[in-house]
Amino acid sequence: MIELQNAAMSYGGGELLSQMSLRLQPGSFHFLTGPSGAGKTTFLKLCYGELLPSGGHVSLFGRDVFRMDRDEIARTRQRIGVVHQDCQFLDHLSLAENVALPLTVAGKPVNSAELMELLGWVGLKRHADALPPQLSGGERQRAALARAVIMSPEVILADEPTGNVDWEMSQRLLALLIELNRMGKSVVIATHDLNLIRAAKAQVSARVLRIANQRLHLAGADL
Amino acid sequence: MIRLIEFLSFEKTGAGRVVPPTGFTARLTLFTAAAMAFLAVFALALSMATGRLADRWSEALARSATIRISAPAEQMETQLAAVLNVLSTTPGIASYRALELSEMEALLGPWFGPDLPVDALPLPRLVEVVETDDGVDAEGLRLRLSTEAPGAVFDDHTRWRRPLVEAAERLRSLGLLSLLLIGGATAGMITLAAQAALAANGQVIRVLRLVGAQDRFIARAFVRRFTARGFWGAMLGTLLGIFAVLALPEADDAGGFLTGLGFAGAGWLWPLIVPPLAALVAYVATRFAALRMLRRIA
Ligand SMILES: Nc1ncnc2c1ncn2[C@@H]1O[C@H](COP(=O)(O)OP(=O)(O)O)[C@@H](O)[C@H]1O
Ligand SMILES: [Mg+2]
Repeated sequence: MIELQNAAMSYGGGELLSQMSLRLQPGSFHFLTGPSGAGKTTFLKLCYGELLPSGGHVSLFGRDVFRMDRDEIARTRQRIGVVHQDCQFLDHLSLAENVALPLTVAGKPVNSAELMELLGWVGLKRHADALPPQLSGGERQRAALARAVIMSPEVILADEPTGNVDWEMSQRLLALLIELNRMGKSVVIATHDLNLIRAAKAQVSARVLRIANQRLHLAGADL
Repeated sequence: MIRLIEFLSFEKTGAGRVVPPTGFTARLTLFTAAAMAFLAVFALALSMATGRLADRWSEALARSATIRISAPAEQMETQLAAVLNVLSTTPGIASYRALELSEMEALLGPWFGPDLPVDALPLPRLVEVVETDDGVDAEGLRLRLSTEAPGAVFDDHTRWRRPLVEAAERLRSLGLLSLLLIGGATAGMITLAAQAALAANGQVIRVLRLVGAQDRFIARAFVRRFTARGFWGAMLGTLLGIFAVLALPEADDAGGFLTGLGFAGAGWLWPLIVPPLAALVAYVATRFAALRMLRRIA
C-alpha cells in the first residue's frame, strides 16, 4: 500500500531522514515514535504525498509518487485517511460539513444518517452544527479522525492524535483507532507518548517504528 | 435555462460553500460587472445608432440632389425652363420639381423670420431632383447644364455627404472598439478579483487539497462564484442601461444624431447578450486565474 525504498528527505539543509525502507501491509498497526523534531510529521507527509522524497523512492498503492500528477495525488488522498497534527478545518463550515468534506470534494453524495452515526461514534453528535473554532482540542482531534475515516480509506495515518487531550480522551481515541484496525484498516500513529503505546500493546499487536539518527528503526518488543 | 440558474445559484448549494463568502470582493465584482454592462449598452446603442445613421445618409441622400440657379431676374425663368428641359431628357432621374417661392419662404423662415420679402430678394431658384437607383451621370449632367443654363449648379450632395457618412462609420467602429475594451477591462478586473479571492483563501485551498480535492473542484468553486457574480452584475447594469436609453428624448424624424441614440426594432434584443457575454468573460478569466494559481501552490 505504502512503500518506501531508501527514501530520504531534507528541507534544504542536511538530510533530516535518510535510507528509510518500509512496506506497509494491509491490516497492520504501527506506532511511529521519536523525539520532537525527529521528523515524524515529515515521514507521514511522505506517506500521503504532500512531500516528495529528496532521495530514494516512495510509492503509494503501487505508483511511484514522482510519476503522479497533482490530481492523481489528490485522488490517492481519498484512499488514505489522515489525522493532521494541527487538525485543519474550514472554519466557516459546521463540524458536520467539515467531516463530510472529503465526500463533497470527491463529488460523492453525503448520507446524513451515516454522517450522524459517524459523529456519534466519535462522540460529537451534539456538536454537529458547531463551528470548528468553538470546539476544544480533543473535540477537534476526534472530528479530524471522523473526517479521516469517512471515505473508508484503506490506511489511516494519525499524527499525534492525542497531542493535546487528557489521558481519558487519549484512551478513547486509541480505542477508535484500534476498532478501525479490527475492521481491516492499516493504522500508523505518530506519537512520543510511550504510555499510549504500552496501553495499545495490551489490546492489539502493534509494531513500533522509531526515528533516531535520521534513520527509521523497527524497535524491539520491549520498548 | 434551469441548469443555468442552478449553475449560477451555486453559491448557496453544497459544494459552493467550501469557499467562505467574501462580502467585499463579491460586491466589488458585482459593481464592476454592472458598471461595465451599463457602458456596454451605451457603446452598443452608439454603434447601432451610428450604423443606422450611416446607412440612412448614404442611402437617402444618394438619391436626392439639388440644382441651384443663380441668374439675373430677367433670365431666371428661361434658365429654369432650360434646366427642366435638360432634366426631362437625362437618364437616371426619377423625378424633379422646382421649388415654389412659398416653399422657399418656409425653408428660410426659421432663419430670417416670417416677414422675409422673398420676391424682393435675388434668391436662387432651387430644383429638387430624385435619382433612380442607378443614379445619374453627374459629370455629364453638369456639362449639359453649363451649356444650356450657365447659372445652374448641380449639387448631388456627395461633397458634404461623404465626410458625414465617414464620421458616422468612424463612430460605429469606435463604439465596437469600446465594446472590445469594455470586455477586456472586465476580464482584467475579474481576474484581479479572482486572484485576490484565491490568495485570501490560501488556507481553504490547503485544507481542500489535504482532504483530496482535485484542482478542478477547487477552481470550480471559485469560477462558478465569479461567473454568477459577473452574470447578475451585468444583468443589473444592462437593465439600468436599457432604462437609461429608453429615458433619452424620443428620436424625431429629423433623425438628429444625438436624439437617435438608441435601439430600433429587433435591435432591442442586442443588449440582452451582454449578461451572458459577461458571464462567459468571467468564467474564462477566473478559470484561467484559478488553474494557474493552483499549479503554483502546493
Ligand atoms: N517545511 C519545513 N521547512 C523546513 N524545515 C522543516 C519544515 N517542516 C519541518 N521542518 C523541520 O524538520 C524537522 C522535523 O520536523 P517534524 O517532521 O515536524 O518533526 P516531528 O513531527 O517529529 O516533531 C524539524 O526540525 C522542523 O523544524
Ligand atoms: Mg510532528
